[in-house]
Amino acid sequence: MTGTEALEIVATFLNNEPVVLANGYISREFFNVQDREGSFYMIGSMGLASSIGLGAALARPDRKTVIVDGDGNVLMSMGTLAMIAAARPKNLVHLCIDNEVYESTGKQRSLSNQIELEKVAQANGYPYSRRVETPDALKQAMGEVMAGEGPSFLLIKVAPSFDSNRGRVTHTPEEIRDRFMSVYG
Amino acid sequence: MLNSKSFADRLIAEKFDFFTGVPCSLLSGLISDLESRPGVNYIPAVREDAAVGLCAGAYMAGSLPVLLMQNSGLGYSLNAFTSLNLIYNIPVLVVMSWRGFGGKDAPEHIIMGDINEPLLETSGMPHAVLEPGDEAGAEAAFQQALDTIRNKKIPFTLLVKKGLYNEGHH
Repeated sequence: MTGTEALEIVATFLNNEPVVLANGYISREFFNVQDREGSFYMIGSMGLASSIGLGAALARPDRKTVIVDGDGNVLMSMGTLAMIAAARPKNLVHLCIDNEVYESTGKQRSLSNQIELEKVAQANGYPYSRRVETPDALKQAMGEVMAGEGPSFLLIKVAPSFDSNRGRVTHTPEEIRDRFMSVYG
Repeated sequence: MLNSKSFADRLIAEKFDFFTGVPCSLLSGLISDLESRPGVNYIPAVREDAAVGLCAGAYMAGSLPVLLMQNSGLGYSLNAFTSLNLIYNIPVLVVMSWRGFGGKDAPEHIIMGDINEPLLETSGMPHAVLEPGDEAGAEAAFQQALDTIRNKKIPFTLLVKKGLYNEGHH
C-alpha cells in the first residue's frame, strides 16, 4: 500500500469532520486526493498536528476530530502522545501515515523502521492502538476508529509514493483557517 | 489584576475558557488558582510549542485560549508562533514569566531574560509588561491584549515580573 492509496482510503471514511493534517507530503497529497472544507493543512509548525488536533477535540467534545499525522511528526512530538492519552478525548482519532522517511525533503530515513510507534501510543495509554499494513486492514480499522470511542491510534505502514510534481496546497493560510472553522457551524 | 485571583477572575470575565501551559515558579499562584476553580480546566502541556498547538486547535474550534509559560519556553515556541499563529492569524493570550530580568537570576535565565523583548519584537509579536504595583499599566496592557486578539488575531504576550502571580512560592 502506498501513502497515496492509504490517504484515498482514509478519505472515504470522512464526512464533515474537522481533520488536522501534518505538514509536508501528508497535507499536500491529501489536498490532491480530496480537498475538504474541514481539512486543516498545517503547512509549517512540524510536530504540532497532534497538539492542534487535541486542542480542537477538547474544545468541542461533541465533534469527532481526526489527526492525520506522519512518523516524522510523531517522533518529533512524542510527548504529545502522553498529553492525548492523559486527556482521553473520546472523540479523537489519531492516524499516523508511516513511510519510515522524511519524504517531502528527499526520503531521508526516520527512526520508525526501528521504533514501533503503535506500541509507544499504547504504552502511553491510548485505549485503542493498532498497526495496519494492507488496504483491507486499513478499511476495517478505519471503520472501528470512526465508530468507536478514542483516543485511537492507527499506525498505517505505507511505501513512499509522493510525486513532487503534484501541486502544493493552493489556499492561503487564512483561507485554510476559515474553511476549517466553518465546519463547526 | 495584580494578584492571581483577580487576574484569573478577569480572564474568565473576558471569556477566556481554555488554559494550558508549562509551569514557572513566577506563575505558580495563577496555575494553582485556575486549577482550584470548578469548571476551569487547566491542561498541563509537556512542551511550550505543544501548548501553542493546543491553543491553536482550541481557538479554531471556538475557544479563547490562554497559554502560561516561562520565557525559556519562547525559544521552543518561536517556530510554532512564526509558522502557525502568525501566518494563519490564530490568536492566543500568552502569559510569560520574565526570568532573568535585569541580569539578576540563575545563570540559565540571564541570556533569555536579556533578549525576550527583542525576540518578540523582531518576530512581530506585540507584548506588554506587567509590573508589581502598577494597576493602571496592567489594565492598559490587558486592553491592548484583548484588542490584538480580537482584531489583529495574532498572539499577544503579557510579560510578568516576579511578585505578581507567585503567591505561596518564593
